[in-house]
Amino acid sequence: MTMKLNSRPGVEAVATKGFFQAYKWLLLRRLSQLSILGLFLLGPLAGVWLIKGNLASSLVLDTVPLTEPMLVMQMFAAGFIPLSTALWGALFVVAFYLVVGGRTYCSWVCPVNIVTDSAAWLRERLGIAASSSFPRNTRYWMLALVMLLAAVTGTMAYEVVNPVPMLHRGIIFGIGLSWSVIIAIFLFDLFIARKGWCGHICPMGGLYGIIGKISPLRVRADRREMCDDCMECFVVCPEPHVIKPALKGADMGNGPVITAGECTNCGRCIDICAEEVFNFGYRFNNQSKESS
Amino acid sequence: MAHSDEKSQSGGKGSAVSRRRFLSDVARTACGVGLLGMGIGLYSRQAVSLPALALRPPGALPEKDFLSACTRCGLCVRDCPYDILKLAELGEEVALGTPYFTARKAGCEMCEDIPCVPVCPTGALDHDLTDINESRMGLAVLSDQETCVAFLGLRCEVCYNICPVRGKAITIERKHNIRSGKHALFIPVVHSDSCTGCGKCEEACITDKASIKIFPTELAKGKLGEHYRVGWEEKARAGESLVTPDQEHIYNLPEGQSYDHGGEGLIMEESQDSPFSSNPLDTLNRGF
Repeated sequence: MTMKLNSRPGVEAVATKGFFQAYKWLLLRRLSQLSILGLFLLGPLAGVWLIKGNLASSLVLDTVPLTEPMLVMQMFAAGFIPLSTALWGALFVVAFYLVVGGRTYCSWVCPVNIVTDSAAWLRERLGIAASSSFPRNTRYWMLALVMLLAAVTGTMAYEVVNPVPMLHRGIIFGIGLSWSVIIAIFLFDLFIARKGWCGHICPMGGLYGIIGKISPLRVRADRREMCDDCMECFVVCPEPHVIKPALKGADMGNGPVITAGECTNCGRCIDICAEEVFNFGYRFNNQSKESS
Repeated sequence: MAHSDEKSQSGGKGSAVSRRRFLSDVARTACGVGLLGMGIGLYSRQAVSLPALALRPPGALPEKDFLSACTRCGLCVRDCPYDILKLAELGEEVALGTPYFTARKAGCEMCEDIPCVPVCPTGALDHDLTDINESRMGLAVLSDQETCVAFLGLRCEVCYNICPVRGKAITIERKHNIRSGKHALFIPVVHSDSCTGCGKCEEACITDKASIKIFPTELAKGKLGEHYRVGWEEKARAGESLVTPDQEHIYNLPEGQSYDHGGEGLIMEESQDSPFSSNPLDTLNRGF
């Protein structure tokens, strides 16, 4: 096993594939995140209303409603039955992420991802190794808590602190003191827990993870026999535990598809791998090559 | 997935040690999340109390229902043609991200088509509201009679004239000016059956700080005990007096004069035997 962790992750990939191939999906993700923000800002800044509202609820071209599913769930938990517009909106969103992968929201849409990715990048640059560890399933506990809070208080109590819409709404409608919460998340990820917010706590990520359990669009380790154990994919992956069964599970009869709902389809493993082990694909044909 | 991962980390043999570790892990997470939840729950109790001067858009459900329904998407803000609504930012007293307006800055213009309401995707703004005059965003209260210039005896009536439900939500009641003894006070009086709480009166009030303000209806409105019966209403309903038979009140007036209560007031009949001559000089010469 040759561990090349003395060089920074990505160096080898840039050397073999060139900069743009080594950062392709990262750049595309940033482009996607910023374009979505841009689309929302186009209205208030330029008067072009392609999409109106924010990620909590929006109206595309004044016709198609979109609604954040966790909000609709909180409404029901709080005892409020919303109008069909919101229900359709949530249905469209769920249907979309059922197809493209639930947590695709996290890495391609959510603006907090830019914040936590920056914290992870800086953490790695500064060589901060110490991290308080708590289980990744905390997010499902959080999701349960969000529903419980809504049921007990009869209001969407979590939404007075939820940083995800707070940041997005802040950028579009005026940020107030919300930047302090965003800085808190940045510092939390930087100094307290590695990939702490998106990878452990965020209940929206938890819900999208559940939505994405069965989605067909997947990252596959189709060329896993080429893996040279450089471990760089584990270093850059926001949810490293999802890689192992697919990449190293051939002996156990596991197929090459990363099946965990927690995979965010960010494609960093595809970018970083100099051996081009990973690729996007479908979840079908998930037989171990060795066995077939 | 996460489950199988956890198992492999903790040995996965179901031994006493791994069971203990599993249980302590669960307890740790549950406690951590629970503490956080308690914090958020308690904070939210405070964070959702609406300050008195923040008004919800027309058709907003009662505050608690509103907070179970509003997604904080800002579509109402976008569709307000006068840019009156805004979403609460962190650090403001209004529940984070929810829409409100401040009457003193700019009151609701009461658009006839109420564009902010139908765009609400959840019904936090009630789509059954189709007549803006039926909306109740709050209730105007003439909160300071010491500063309202009408009470000083000055003519103002700005609130009365700016009121979109003019002549109904605010009327001008004439009262005797005791101080001067010879003038009238033109007092604005708010009527809760017509006031929508749009805030135009508060916005327009000419005093440095508004003397008429929109309060949440809950805060502004009193409630008469249910056992109260208003005699004249009961009388009107019954068509006759319920206590003693009606007797017309007899005013002790000089001859040729009568008094019409609630109508013309003092009526002087033109008669021949008036003590006053039509020529005032005659009266003076008589030494009366």
